[in-house]
Amino acid sequence: MPAEPLVSVQGLQKLYPLTAGLFKTTRSFIHAVDGVNFSIPAGESLGLVGESGSGKTTTGKLLVRLTDPTTGHMYMALNGGKVDISTLRGKELKVFRRHVQMIFQDPYESLNPRRTIFDTIAEPLEVQGIGDVVEREHRVAELLSMVGLAPPETFLFRFPHELSGGQRQRVAIARALIVEPTFVVADEPTSMLDVSIRTGIMNLMQELAARLGVTYLYITHDLAVARYMSNRLSVMYLGKIVEMGDTEELLRNPLHPYTKALLSAVPVPDPTLPRTEPDIKGSIAKPIDPIPRCRFFDRCPIAQKVCENSDHPPLVDKGAGHLAACYLV
Amino acid sequence: MAENVLRVEDLTMHYTTRAGEVSAVDNVTFSLAKGEAMGLVGESGCGKTSVATTVLRLLPDNGKILGGHIYLDGTDLVALPEPEMRKVRWRRISMVFQAAMNSLNPVYRVGDQIIEALETHLPGLSIAENRARVEELFKLVGLDPKLMDQYPHEYSGGMRQRAVIAMALSCNPDLIIADEPTTALDVIVQDNLLREMTELQKRLGMSMLYISHDIAVIAEVSDRMGVMYAGRLAELATTVEIFKTPIHPYTIGLMSAFPSIVGAKRELATLPGEPPDLLRPPSGCRFHPRCPFGTEICTQQVPEFNDHGSGHFAACWHPQRSA
Amino acid sequence: MADLRKPALSGAGASGEGDVALASPRRVLEVPVWRVRLRLLWRSIKVNVGLFAENPIGLVGLAIIVLFALMALAHPILMATVWDRNVYDPVVGIDVTLAEFPSPPTAAHLLGTDPLGRDILSQLMWSARSEFILGIVAALVTVVIATVVGAMSAFYGGVIDTLFMRLADIIIMTPYVTILIVMSALFDVGLFELAIIIGILAGFGATTVIIKSQALTVKVRTYIEAARVAGGSNFHLIFKHIIPNLLPLSFLYMMFTVTSAIFSEAVLSYFGLLSIRMSWGLMIHTTEYSGYLLDIAKWWLIFPASLSITALCAAFYLVGRALDEIVNPRLRKR
Repeated sequence: MPAEPLVSVQGLQKLYPLTAGLFKTTRSFIHAVDGVNFSIPAGESLGLVGESGSGKTTTGKLLVRLTDPTTGHMYMALNGGKVDISTLRGKELKVFRRHVQMIFQDPYESLNPRRTIFDTIAEPLEVQGIGDVVEREHRVAELLSMVGLAPPETFLFRFPHELSGGQRQRVAIARALIVEPTFVVADEPTSMLDVSIRTGIMNLMQELAARLGVTYLYITHDLAVARYMSNRLSVMYLGKIVEMGDTEELLRNPLHPYTKALLSAVPVPDPTLPRTEPDIKGSIAKPIDPIPRCRFFDRCPIAQKVCENSDHPPLVDKGAGHLAACYLV
Repeated sequence: MAENVLRVEDLTMHYTTRAGEVSAVDNVTFSLAKGEAMGLVGESGCGKTSVATTVLRLLPDNGKILGGHIYLDGTDLVALPEPEMRKVRWRRISMVFQAAMNSLNPVYRVGDQIIEALETHLPGLSIAENRARVEELFKLVGLDPKLMDQYPHEYSGGMRQRAVIAMALSCNPDLIIADEPTTALDVIVQDNLLREMTELQKRLGMSMLYISHDIAVIAEVSDRMGVMYAGRLAELATTVEIFKTPIHPYTIGLMSAFPSIVGAKRELATLPGEPPDLLRPPSGCRFHPRCPFGTEICTQQVPEFNDHGSGHFAACWHPQRSA
Repeated sequence: MADLRKPALSGAGASGEGDVALASPRRVLEVPVWRVRLRLLWRSIKVNVGLFAENPIGLVGLAIIVLFALMALAHPILMATVWDRNVYDPVVGIDVTLAEFPSPPTAAHLLGTDPLGRDILSQLMWSARSEFILGIVAALVTVVIATVVGAMSAFYGGVIDTLFMRLADIIIMTPYVTILIVMSALFDVGLFELAIIIGILAGFGATTVIIKSQALTVKVRTYIEAARVAGGSNFHLIFKHIIPNLLPLSFLYMMFTVTSAIFSEAVLSYFGLLSIRMSWGLMIHTTEYSGYLLDIAKWWLIFPASLSITALCAAFYLVGRALDEIVNPRLRKR
């Protein structure tokens, strides 16, 4: 029985104005996120992959309201009802922040170097006015154990520079989970960590997701990592989702030519496996004032007249929940 | 058997810091044959970049070579006085650094920067001849020669990386050291660049030393590879050999921790703990605190870097025979 | 690959032992948080003092400051014990035993007397206290204003930013001595008033621009975003994250404000524009007023005062430079 999805996004758009000319007239816009639709059922993990400029990070920021959408809506199933989180303000926004949290990419930058680990992890509790100092201390210690930083006492009053990258990222995870959010956006949380540390963090996140019932949006440029962290995958290009579907299915049977090119470009840790050259030409452009045609047209190996003459193809179900935005597949 | 263009023997290097001596490179031995592409893989702090900067003798003030030899076609670079070393750099060995954006001076045209390198190391050519050489180099790396007169900020990331490679090739070096040449690039651009570098290397018969933390990249570009851990070489063999039958527990761990998009989805292994602090490295084998096969001897004696058959070296007291 | 031989206790290594007891969880959490914070603060003070002590420049400056501080403290003691109030009072004292004023240094008057018969050394020592008060009050006012204004300008941008930056421009452009002269014409400017005025001028002037630019670099850090996602209000972000990261810089500029304040006072006193009873600048003013300014033979009238001004200003500047190397680690020599 299809329950109301936890997160659903409709027509989400984020434009950044480019000022030009002596009189600062705004003529051009960067279409960072350009009309995106997707939904995430509770308990699932959606992976958002794309190269730089694809709009994946901006989408993540929109979902946690670090930035506001230009148009479009984001809905979340909170407290039994469907809430439009795109326009929340003030107190409501603060309450929203108890349900949605973010894990950032850079473990060296996302922690304030002047605050102790305790202060950093307790911050969400502090600003939300939850518990008193002693209660917070206990809760933080609990979280520290949960993320594998044990014994917690040895970490409570340390400073970030005394911890390694992997440990810092665990602190970041603890901070995100301390208010017991229902939805967490993870923005490339492992890309700045060493490989041997990465898997530890990845496993931790999955384990905690299962244990605490957290739904993830996992943003990454690394398809191999996305494979392990998400059960559904969506591929973004120049602000639009071009393909979306079950992870294994998508990797086995990519439909969109961009996805195919992306997959064939990933180096494989096996010297004996030959890899075909990605079928794609040109290079990524900046999504400034895009022409109303398929965004992938100028790089597509199978582009036809219809792709140039019609607007960007809609994301359509091509069978069994596998969606693609292409006129030709 | 092709002769060796580079032979590093028992190279040891320390950094002196406020807190003490950091043992960054410890008794590293490997050799690179002419025309061969070798990869050096390891995580941050393993010493792979330190090996590169030591070979080029580009150590910071607090770095010191404590022992060993670096033979470039027979000449020991460790003993070479600085003026002689300057002639070796760029002309015999050149380097492509990580994040090439930072290697290019933003206030000079890209072409001019390469010409400057040419004028410094291969003096005596006219400006016209140098410009012609830059054009040739640009074509070689897949850049439009017209871009020669533009500034770095007008280039994309991939283009800048190619420009830096062109610069590295400019004086026809015997050896190029590429330190994480594609790390900052998008995957499609990376693929493009790696293919071109491999093709270029084969075409010009150049020797290359690739340094990366990404074993997938190394798997694709190098004929031989070395795995470094905590300043030491854990394993060294042909790439195919290492992937097929890894011997050192760290290598095995690293490979099983690497996710891949091909093949069945398997569970990823985790390596417990963290890489050691090189100020006070563990005694004996530096991997022993994290090794599931470690015993008494591993904590006491440094394992020897032995040949386990047909040029497959590993430093371990309990080499794993099966894959 | 599951069996662990030795779980690596990474990072816990050498640092931080003994600060928080490694006993059972309940035991440790019983140490009140404020106690721990105090201990951490003490530790950080020790570290910073250690860093400061490595720099000879800073130590020289500090030594000079201490010297003058001792002078200021010694004065009331001397007045209460050894010195006769009638003779040695810095403002109204007069030595009737001497024939003419100003008189050269003797055993009784180590630095001689000024044209009005007052002991120079006594004046010097008494004024040291005022100079310190002036400097510190001005510096505190500056730092509070510059930090809050700088942080707000950087954080909010827009109209607030424009307003304060233009104000700063106006203040920077106007020669501050002129402002001070006009002020002294309008009302009685004593030491305290002067300190506040200088504090306000410096606070809204150049210092705020510098602190604002630092605040801008802090504002874009990821941990600010993280704090926002946690639910932090603007107030929380400014006062709990941005300002604490600005304080080292503010503290540094405090030192330079002290220098500026002492010097400004000297200039204004020289022109006789201040309503204060005694200060180093006033000593020079008295000399000038009595016509002895260029009389090198009567060196004790000028040199002690002017050297003191120079020395104390330089001392604070040197301490500032030493602090600069702590605040900006890149300036450090290794």
